[in-house]
Amino acid sequence: MAEVGDLLAEAMGHSLPVGKVVLVGDCVETSGAFVLHLLLKRCLSLDSSFAVFVALSHPFSHYDRVLRKMGCNLSVQKKNGKLHFLELLDFSARSKENSVDDGFCKLYNEIRKAVETARSKDTKASCVYIMIDDISLLEIAADGSENDVLNFLHYCSTLTSEMDCLLIILNHEDVYSSEEAPRLLAHLQHLSDIEIRAAPLNTGLAADVHGQLTVINKGLLNDDRRSGRRIWNFQFKVKENSVEFFYPGSQH
Amino acid sequence: MAEGLIVRSLRDGSLPGEHAPALCLEDSLPSPLASHSHAVFRHLLASLLSTGTGTAVVLVAFHRSPSFYLSLLSPTFHNSIRLLDCYSDPLAWKSNHHPPPPSHSPQNITLLTNLNHLPHFLSSILHLAKDLGAQGHDRVTVAIDSVTHMLRHAPLPSVLQLLTNLRCHEKISSLFWLIHTDLHEPKVISSFEYISTMIASLQPIVQLPDYANANISASITSLEENYSKAKFNVRLKRRNGRVKLLCEELLIEQGSVKFSSVPSVSSVVAQNLIPKVQFNIQLSDKERMDRANVVLPFEHQGNGQNIEIYDGRRSLSESQKDPSSTKIGGLSEQKRSNNNKSEKGEIHYIRDSDDEQPDSDEDPDDDLDI
Repeated sequence: MAEVGDLLAEAMGHSLPVGKVVLVGDCVETSGAFVLHLLLKRCLSLDSSFAVFVALSHPFSHYDRVLRKMGCNLSVQKKNGKLHFLELLDFSARSKENSVDDGFCKLYNEIRKAVETARSKDTKASCVYIMIDDISLLEIAADGSENDVLNFLHYCSTLTSEMDCLLIILNHEDVYSSEEAPRLLAHLQHLSDIEIRAAPLNTGLAADVHGQLTVINKGLLNDDRRSGRRIWNFQFKVKENSVEFFYPGSQH
Repeated sequence: MAEGLIVRSLRDGSLPGEHAPALCLEDSLPSPLASHSHAVFRHLLASLLSTGTGTAVVLVAFHRSPSFYLSLLSPTFHNSIRLLDCYSDPLAWKSNHHPPPPSHSPQNITLLTNLNHLPHFLSSILHLAKDLGAQGHDRVTVAIDSVTHMLRHAPLPSVLQLLTNLRCHEKISSLFWLIHTDLHEPKVISSFEYISTMIASLQPIVQLPDYANANISASITSLEENYSKAKFNVRLKRRNGRVKLLCEELLIEQGSVKFSSVPSVSSVVAQNLIPKVQFNIQLSDKERMDRANVVLPFEHQGNGQNIEIYDGRRSLSESQKDPSSTKIGGLSEQKRSNNNKSEKGEIHYIRDSDDEQPDSDEDPDDDLDI
């Protein structure tokens, strides 16, 4: 999976991380959506892999267009059964028949069923990703019920251990930064095993560098990662068909 | 030492007629981010199970799967532990849609699917404790990971009552739980601290201003250090009301936890306080002696010599010849010649203390109530 000089892969662990929860945080100044695109592309590029994408933010055509420029055809992947795309632009967990809790329960079971089906077809799938874009829209779908969102995320995280999946969640951190007690953000940080934060440069805007990425790989007690390093900070530049990662001052 | 005291207290249980000892283990995001508090959690579990005193554990698992906890413990301990699985399906989202197949889970794992019903939750724990007791374990400790998850499904008073009921029950010899302090209001944390006999909190070695919004690129070294070390502050409440405070350092190495006493940091701190500038701001020994010998205004030196004050307008020799010049020495002579109390004003300067440094920036008017 790791490409030469790929700092993001090094930070996340060169071997495919499974059974973990990845929290991708961004802000208005620097979007972290490119991380989702990159991880989705890497997952689908493997021979034996499967992805469930819960899209509350953009329609399928948007992701298809972006990933096509990166060399990945989502339409083909969807047709081949490697991608289960849930387009939920106007998703509301509450309905006339259901409470918010029931709405999230149904969504969770749909995700679970998709993963179980993929596992039953190919039990040796090396890479199963569940991606959610994004949490703030989930909270809107839950009528602001933070507890229901956390229940849903908890159940999604149980799939990481039961089905050896990787759960990737995109969260707009500055949505919660003005609150006196940013509980949902803190809950997510406690829940996650790997945090990836996209932020602007400390020095402001630049033409050649689009921002900085910080990866905190907390690791688990039975993690066999030999390196004791847990925190990486490097810069990135988003191109049309790829993303470059480099340490400050090392970009050619 | 702190860790030993905690384990001994949990192992020994309570005296007849008293509530079971309870440990409140606190952590927060700035300290080794919950993953290390689980290292401490596992360390306590292993220590209790390995004491050889017949101690068994009922582990209530909310945060991780039961198999995760079992994988952290030696297989020899698996017979002495019962897990209440509140992780896999706490709200019955799975079992309502897909009836579970015949259980293939290990016998020491019990699934709980109605977390919202606390009486059933309590009875499940007690059932597992009785089961362990029936197998010959005299002491049963209940470990909860974590009460933060419980508080999302039940109100605070109900959770506190449940913990108190566990402490009162004859089958439970001790109790400990984990709580994330940054996910609750201070009054919630205080409530749990009040019903506990021991409070152990993990604090970061390096304090950072704001973990969530920190400029991480500028504080990577500090964050890395916080991942490998932590302060382990313990507060033990004695039966007589006395509180014992202990502070140790916790080191995480390859998944294992080591405790050490806090090293002396005074010399290190003093060294770090001196700013690194291009000019010398420290004094040599000779300079210190010279400064100590400087005669300060209005200070009686007690050596019987005249004290001459130079006002800066003319030389000292001229001022000595001028009888109208202000001289404390002159006044002293007059005083001695008359052998009477002087009619002229005197200035008595008394230092606040011998420790007051001459260059102290303390404003002497600070104590005025204006």
